[in-house]
Amino acid sequence: MNPENYLYLSALLFTLGACGVLLRRNAIVVFMCVELMLNAANLALVTFSRMHGNLDGQILAFFVMVVAAAEVVVGLAIIVTVYRSRHSASVDDASLMKL
Amino acid sequence: MSALASLAAETSTSTGEAAQFWLLGPLALLGGLGTVLMRRAVYSALCLAGTMVILALFYLSNGAYFLGMVQIVVYTGAVMMLFLFVLMLVGVSSTDSLKETLKGQQWLAAACGLGLGLLLVSGIGQASTGSFTGLGQANSGGNVQGLASLLFTRYVVAFEVTGVLLTIAAVGATLLTHRERLERAKSQREQAEARVRENKHLPPLPAPGVYARHNAVDLPGLLPDGSPSELTVNPTLRARGQMREVHRDALAAVRALEQRTNRHHGRPENPGIPAGQTNGNGANGNGADGVNGKGLAGSSAADGPAGAADEAATDAEEARK
Repeated sequence: MNPENYLYLSALLFTLGACGVLLRRNAIVVFMCVELMLNAANLALVTFSRMHGNLDGQILAFFVMVVAAAEVVVGLAIIVTVYRSRHSASVDDASLMKL
Repeated sequence: MSALASLAAETSTSTGEAAQFWLLGPLALLGGLGTVLMRRAVYSALCLAGTMVILALFYLSNGAYFLGMVQIVVYTGAVMMLFLFVLMLVGVSSTDSLKETLKGQQWLAAACGLGLGLLLVSGIGQASTGSFTGLGQANSGGNVQGLASLLFTRYVVAFEVTGVLLTIAAVGATLLTHRERLERAKSQREQAEARVRENKHLPPLPAPGVYARHNAVDLPGLLPDGSPSELTVNPTLRARGQMREVHRDALAAVRALEQRTNRHHGRPENPGIPAGQTNGNGANGNGADGVNGKGLAGSSAADGPAGAADEAATDAEEARK
């Protein structure tokens, strides 16, 4: 097996995540699909690192993880705040800047 | 190309790794599909957690030992738990509505996703190399040591900046979810005083449950005429719409019991508040042969008609119980 197969898998996972972001309306599920896309990108980076034989890809994946953790914290806080003011986690309901 | 070929040490991975890939890869895809397609957000979260664990195994088999462990600890351990916490906060039962707000948006979105997938896969197919270097040399001094020597030399600025980013994220999240109380919370004494001033519900609220056959707090207690009382159920449960209906059979059973009691005491058989009044009057009328009738008859005679009505009311209360 060639490690390229990991790249195909990561492309498919990324596609699934993108479809989820476009299809789902629950803000939390949309957010989870973004996480899936980030993970797919990480798998691609780790595979690139192996194919090229240096660790820079892994360093990049590490930074993606750190930024994803920060993003999750702030994003979930925003979802909770929106839910408090609108009593709904649907992305369709948050159509106005002000309540 | 010749330089690439000389660098290339391997052309194929071990059979064990191939077996692992073909076993776990479809599972990871299934997890991803579940994340997108599950109606309930909790199921989506669990599918995503499964996919992340499988991805961690793939990192390990790709020679990224540190990242594999971090993936398990940070993603499935911290991030997914955070997701589940927020799901519990926002409401587990919240499901997506199937109603489309934009006509044909879902088909268009699915087509776009499919197009993106085709583009990515064909792009990877175009760039196929056939051979790869492998991490044997890069990982020779240990994966963690190799990462550290890169992280603290070439990428040290980015590393410091991510530290600042994490601090800002933590402060931002606290700021976003923190709510300042606008007015002081009322103490228990103040609440009691307010109740007396309003003269509404001075004693404790009535208890839920129907005649001790159920002691569930979501089941309303029954009023003397057999109708369920909303007041007996916790306001939180009422607001959530989780108050249970009292079954019609239970109401009928209560009514039958009352009628049997009335028949046993020889009273007219129509329960309810007006019935209670006539019932009380009847008891007052033949109060001479009642057990407590004699003692009370004198007092009611002395008090006059007002005292008689009072006594009749208490009598009716007892009959209802």
